Amino acid sequence: MSAPAATVAALAKGLAAGEYSSVELTRAYLERIAAAQPALNAFVTITSEAALATAAAADAARAKGQAGRLTGVPIAHKDIFCTEGVRTTCGSKMLANFVSPYDATVVAGLRGAGTVMLGKLNMDEFAMGSSNETSFFGAVHNPWDTKMVPGGSSGGSAAAVAARIVPAATATDTGGSIRQPAALCGVTGIKPTYGRCSRYGMIAFASSLDQAGLITVSAEDAALLLGPMSGSDPRDSTSVERAVPDYTTTLGDSLEGLTIGLVKEFFDKGLDATNEQRIRDAITVFEKLGTRVREVSCPNLPLSVPTYYVVAPAECSSNLARFDGVRFGHRCKSPKNLLDLYCRSRGEGFGAEVKRRLMTGTYVLSAGYYDAYYLKAQRVRQLISADFAQAFQSCDLLFGPTSPTPAFPIGAKFDDPITMYLNDIYTIGANLAGLPGMSIPCGFVDGLPVGLQIVGPHFSEVRMLNAAHRYQQETDWHLRVPAAFA
Amino acid sequence: MEWETVIGLEIHAQLATRSKIFSGSATAYGAEPNTQANLVDLGYPGVLPVLNGEAVRMAVRFGLAIGARIAPHSVFARKNYFYPDLPKGYQISQYELPIVAEGALDVVLDDGTRKRIGITRAHLEEDAGKSLHEGLPGVSGIDLNRAGTPLIEIVSEPDLRSAKEAIAYMKKVHSLVRYLEICDGNMQEGSFRCDANVSVRRKGAEKFGTRAEIKNLNSFRFVEKAINYEVERQIEIIESGGKVVQETRLYDPDKGETRSMRSKEEANDYRYFPDPDLLPVVLDDSFIAGVKATLPELPDEKAARFVRDYGLSEYDAGVLTASRELGAFYEEVVRRVGSEPKLCANWVMGDLAAFLNKDNLEINESKVDAAALAGLVVRIVDSTISGKIAKDVFQAMWASGEGADAIIEQKGLRQITDTGAIEQAIEEVIAKNPGQLADYRSGKDKLFGFFVGQVMKATRGKANPAQLNALLKKKLAG
Repeated sequence: MSAPAATVAALAKGLAAGEYSSVELTRAYLERIAAAQPALNAFVTITSEAALATAAAADAARAKGQAGRLTGVPIAHKDIFCTEGVRTTCGSKMLANFVSPYDATVVAGLRGAGTVMLGKLNMDEFAMGSSNETSFFGAVHNPWDTKMVPGGSSGGSAAAVAARIVPAATATDTGGSIRQPAALCGVTGIKPTYGRCSRYGMIAFASSLDQAGLITVSAEDAALLLGPMSGSDPRDSTSVERAVPDYTTTLGDSLEGLTIGLVKEFFDKGLDATNEQRIRDAITVFEKLGTRVREVSCPNLPLSVPTYYVVAPAECSSNLARFDGVRFGHRCKSPKNLLDLYCRSRGEGFGAEVKRRLMTGTYVLSAGYYDAYYLKAQRVRQLISADFAQAFQSCDLLFGPTSPTPAFPIGAKFDDPITMYLNDIYTIGANLAGLPGMSIPCGFVDGLPVGLQIVGPHFSEVRMLNAAHRYQQETDWHLRVPAAFA
Repeated sequence: MEWETVIGLEIHAQLATRSKIFSGSATAYGAEPNTQANLVDLGYPGVLPVLNGEAVRMAVRFGLAIGARIAPHSVFARKNYFYPDLPKGYQISQYELPIVAEGALDVVLDDGTRKRIGITRAHLEEDAGKSLHEGLPGVSGIDLNRAGTPLIEIVSEPDLRSAKEAIAYMKKVHSLVRYLEICDGNMQEGSFRCDANVSVRRKGAEKFGTRAEIKNLNSFRFVEKAINYEVERQIEIIESGGKVVQETRLYDPDKGETRSMRSKEEANDYRYFPDPDLLPVVLDDSFIAGVKATLPELPDEKAARFVRDYGLSEYDAGVLTASRELGAFYEEVVRRVGSEPKLCANWVMGDLAAFLNKDNLEINESKVDAAALAGLVVRIVDSTISGKIAKDVFQAMWASGEGADAIIEQKGLRQITDTGAIEQAIEEVIAKNPGQLADYRSGKDKLFGFFVGQVMKATRGKANPAQLNALLKKKLAG
């Protein structure tokens, strides 16, 4: 058993063939996690005992002939997903001691499929960040260069998969929080269509944008895991009632005749030239696979960052109101009165970036400002959606860079929120339009990974995974492992 | 100076769904604190609201009953404010796009005239929990059983011109929601309560005066007292040269006065925005038609039918249709008696209502049920007893629970219709009162009543009054 090289697909085969037990596999990963934790800080909570117990149960099920194709495969969850009986912090001091009494629907789905949870992964506080530096539990380090950020907010998920200390991880994406860290860590990330996965039990940041997804080594692994975490959920009105296909059966389909659109606005002056070259190289591979390439324009896309920074803060200012020190989470010591309880509990419990967004959101929803900000942003959002719909009239999938630059040094942008926010300039559009998006590794710049972004029409996960898989058959970028973790 | 009062009411009616508006918790009243609050009601991290379809149906029933426009597309919004009994830090309500808009109800005023009261809108929302202060020294408790209970907020136009009109309107809405079986109307338990927007203006003025909103009035009496107090307070301020300030006031039933809660400046900025966790409520015509098909006969329709079919006055018809139960009771009496609907109405509205009132009972708790009352009325109709004796029989029925016939037999109250027996009694009375007879015959017609009374006394009230009158007239004439 060679953990670093292992994909979920390979591990599932190894387990099925009896090459190793789930307990052995789980123990091996727990060892890797422990060894890497000081350098990466990818985990907030490691659930060794529970993992080994689940693994033993998986082995017992297999012995009885009751194993599914994911039974016994270890994974880890972003700490934004509620996990019954396990601390669920959302990267915040506010929830540092919060033990969830229930499982998120996504967690329950993957548990039901037989996966073994190794622990909870670090993230930007309440998923607000693009560098994983806002976590109350400390920054996560990029396995390719530990002085660098892993991206965010799913930085723990991306770093852990990149370092092969977990085979795969759940993640969430509100404005790029899966795709951007996947790009910066050289792994595969998928944000499904809004409504594809239930948001029940996923601690809300911006409800109309949040979507659960995966960070994996390969598109094939994403295809294996996406099924059990998808589908409509009676507890989430925004989950969509639509049959969940088996994403693995179409992975090998031909790309002949597929039209790829290169979004002009994605190749703007902010894009690093070397980074751009890697994207162009990847497109050449796709052309060899029989796809047609054409340029398209989404003229309103450059408005996506300001639009996002009205809509997302507005929603989070309301979503995070429940953290008031009354029923759960952080409560200040000896409050003098109700106002003091609120002010100090929230003042102490939330970090600076969360506060910045709460204040922005409160402002844009205020009487007299609502029309000028929130309402206008919603209108722009419709324009951006319309741009995408127009582009999909002539293209099957849209391609572009995931982020303007490779990973940057920890601390480099931390005090400059505007520059930090521009990291998500290419990813936010898909969230605003509710579209599925992926990032797949497509090369390196100065030893740091670069990601190719794929955006598809609503519920085109089958086609996106198919395209990504075919590319990964032709390339090995996704199989590269940082030397320190090989 | 003549003043005119202007009132608009915001009535909160708790919808009679079994579970909450956005969660599966029970809505039953009076459970141990926090035993009917699940993770959704508690606003736990990660939980989401899911709309209870029954609450939507009930709101649509109400909208149809007031002839309102049912919105094909309505939207839930978040009303953001911090309070310990508001777990999420926002209340889910409807703001710009309510489910029901532009309806009206007619009320009958004291002088018998009808007045149409406009209903601006009715929207769905969730209730908050309760803060508990009693019996908890030094701390406050929170009971979230009520959090998430479905409410419909019914907002009237400022069409009401007195506390009396406000009460008439509120009672009409109260009756209607119970007819529709969408609210139990229990005011003590807070299932039906209202806020009153009150202002005054000089008679003839076009512009409204500055209003005060009086919060949380949970009885008809309090609404009346609070409005009257508030009207006097505002007139006094203006007449002494002051200005009424726009504010929220609280009615103190112990002191019988309203007092300031918060001014307009201190009012929360609720930062309403559409709730992204809930889809818009989209209702098509067939859904609305389906709900319409299940509507019961409404109070105004029923009253009109009572006037038409039973020959009742509009006033009587209005009283008898004030509640669905009372109307059903009355119709059951009429059905069993088979005639004399006016007499039946008099009994239901007269003695029965008086006894119910005395014992503080609802119509469905009456000690004399519709069948029993019909049994009594039948005996009046067939002349077994007189109306006067019937009152005694009714009292005995109320006390003993026995039927009219049993009581009539036991007490020997059967009416005397035998002409000979009545004539004999008349002759005896005449013989005993020669002076009065002479006076009568010399023109004192009023003494007729004296003779009727004496004969009734002699027959212990059992003489058939019509027969007695006729026979007595003949005998006295000589």
